[in-house]
Amino acid sequence: MNTAADGLSVEKVHVWRGDRHVLQGVSLELRPRQLLHISGPNGTGKTTLLRVVCGLLRPEQGRVSWHGQSISSVRTEYQAALAYASHEPALKGDLTALENLRFAVGLKRRVTAGELRASLERTGVGACADLPARVLSAGQRRRVALARILAMQATLWLLDEPFTNLDTAGTALTGELLHSHVQAGGAALVVAHHTLEVDVDVRRLELGP
Amino acid sequence: MNVGLLEAFALIVRRELCLSFRRPDQLLQPLVFFLIVTTLFPLGLNLQLSLLRDMSPGVLWVAALLSSLLSLDSLFKSDADDGTLEQLALCGQDLTVIVVAKTFAHWLVSGAALVLVSPVVGTALGIPTEAFLTMMLSLTLGTLTLSWLGAIGAGLTVGLKRGNVLLSLIVLPLAMPLLIFGAGATDRAISGTSSAGALYFLAALCVFTCTLAPFAATTALRITLE
Amino acid sequence: MTVREIMWTWFYKLASPPYVYGASAALAPWALGGAALAMGYGLIAGLAIAPPDYQQGEAVRMIYVHVPSAMLSLTVYTLMAAASAVALIWRIKVGHAVAAASAPIGASFTILALVTGSLWGRPMWGTYWAWDPRLTSELILLFLYVGVMSLRLAFEDPSRGDRAAALLAIVGVVNVPIVHFSVVWWNSLHQGATIVRLGAPKMPGSMLWPLLSMWLGFMLFFAAVLCIRLQGEVLNRERQSTWVREAVKS
Repeated sequence: MNTAADGLSVEKVHVWRGDRHVLQGVSLELRPRQLLHISGPNGTGKTTLLRVVCGLLRPEQGRVSWHGQSISSVRTEYQAALAYASHEPALKGDLTALENLRFAVGLKRRVTAGELRASLERTGVGACADLPARVLSAGQRRRVALARILAMQATLWLLDEPFTNLDTAGTALTGELLHSHVQAGGAALVVAHHTLEVDVDVRRLELGP
Repeated sequence: MNVGLLEAFALIVRRELCLSFRRPDQLLQPLVFFLIVTTLFPLGLNLQLSLLRDMSPGVLWVAALLSSLLSLDSLFKSDADDGTLEQLALCGQDLTVIVVAKTFAHWLVSGAALVLVSPVVGTALGIPTEAFLTMMLSLTLGTLTLSWLGAIGAGLTVGLKRGNVLLSLIVLPLAMPLLIFGAGATDRAISGTSSAGALYFLAALCVFTCTLAPFAATTALRITLE
Repeated sequence: MTVREIMWTWFYKLASPPYVYGASAALAPWALGGAALAMGYGLIAGLAIAPPDYQQGEAVRMIYVHVPSAMLSLTVYTLMAAASAVALIWRIKVGHAVAAASAPIGASFTILALVTGSLWGRPMWGTYWAWDPRLTSELILLFLYVGVMSLRLAFEDPSRGDRAAALLAIVGVVNVPIVHFSVVWWNSLHQGATIVRLGAPKMPGSMLWPLLSMWLGFMLFFAAVLCIRLQGEVLNRERQSTWVREAVKS
């Protein structure tokens, strides 16, 4: 049920980086079963906005709320409910793909090796499960990162340029996964230059200079 | 479904140990440095073993401090570089648990290793075997405290260019009381007088630091992550 | 509004950059004048009028500069840590300005204490340096100051630099008593009988009053210099805001 206080709400957020007023009173709303596509030229603060939404960066002014409560007051619960994919795939080169997933997802929920292998299969890198991440190609690493997001079973997906280094099959796969996630009641916030063609309720936010 | 504190702690310690043992060369380097630095002193001072003994607590402790500093840089750096630090910060566990787990694991492979190697170095410096127990006990407490001071310093300087120099600049003045009490305890053990006083102070410092430093280190990391 | 709300609003107004800027500008000349008076009396009474110590001779007159600078070095560090705590906990940005402005002043006092201590030591010990507990503590305090200042400068983003330096200042202030205690303990182990502590001998009134006056003078001098530096810091940090542009235009 979509009540007014459901989901993510960002109100008039201002962030300065040194002298630059990077985010100037940005507001957005994201309800369950919605996908928000954030786009804009380089340097307009898309990644900064995503980090504010994650709770990593505290804005000078403005407020981020999750289900009506400020995220700084429910930080742990909020972060347990989200999955963040940064611009880099964020994998430890010395650990295998499976181990990377285990140590990341295992902190969020109890998960078996079987489930993790299934996630890796789903994103097409099942064969790489026991290979150290440093021998994987950039595209394979991106798919492992996607598998990590999948395995976390989070309500809110925050993805920063998830299509980087992916071929057409990979891009289609990401679209599919976003579709299923949103249909199942999740919400997603995607920063992408790429045009997003996903058959769900897509909102758009364009950040300008 | 939800992962408890101890489980998370254990998982992170396992992760760190896994990563450390996959790079055995990086594990051994600080230990070798420890041995090398202790060798520098007799070479530079040209002393007989019996005279060296008087200086040995200080030499041992300075060498331990410096080699610990070397390995502290890696506490958060590799995670910060490949983006996994952010993932850890967003995993839904309290950041303090993560910091405690990482620092503890780091101490296991650096500080604890140092303590185990110390009898070798002690012999080289002429420390009598009767003093070994005090020496190792003081080193255990000292390296544990130093790991925590270093965690604060590392949290503040991770991501800075040439952060390791600044790290030393920050941590060494804070570590001077450690040096005083640790070397003092070993010195008294060598000369036969009771080192209990110094050890108690060292233990008090250790407990104090281990209790408060995690919060300081977590705050430092949050500042860095922004 | 409740009393609590009124107090907070008043506090926030007090801590707002334009107010602090104005207050510093107004306060500085008075503090400077007061410092001149206090130090003037202290120096004249201490250097010319007070009697030499029977044990230390004329050299004891160094006490009038050494002791106040040592006390100030510690006071300023504590103030810096307090301002940092206010800035970190309640997110009051002016606290960072105060901390940044006072750090170099405190470091200078520390250096002054070390130099005067060294000069005092020469007639006492025959050397320019000995590991006396106070001098050693001052030296470590200097390292702590340098650490805080270097950390602030190492960050490209000044607000992160401020916060990192603030945390370090707080960690440092907790360590200052520990350092002092450990140095005293260490020094007691290696008690050289010939080392005369750079401490105050028994103080007759003719020595005490000038000393207190010098201490007061130093405090006022610090306040004056802080006010002057604070104006610059506040202007620099707030240079994007409208009130600064107005102030600069006029």
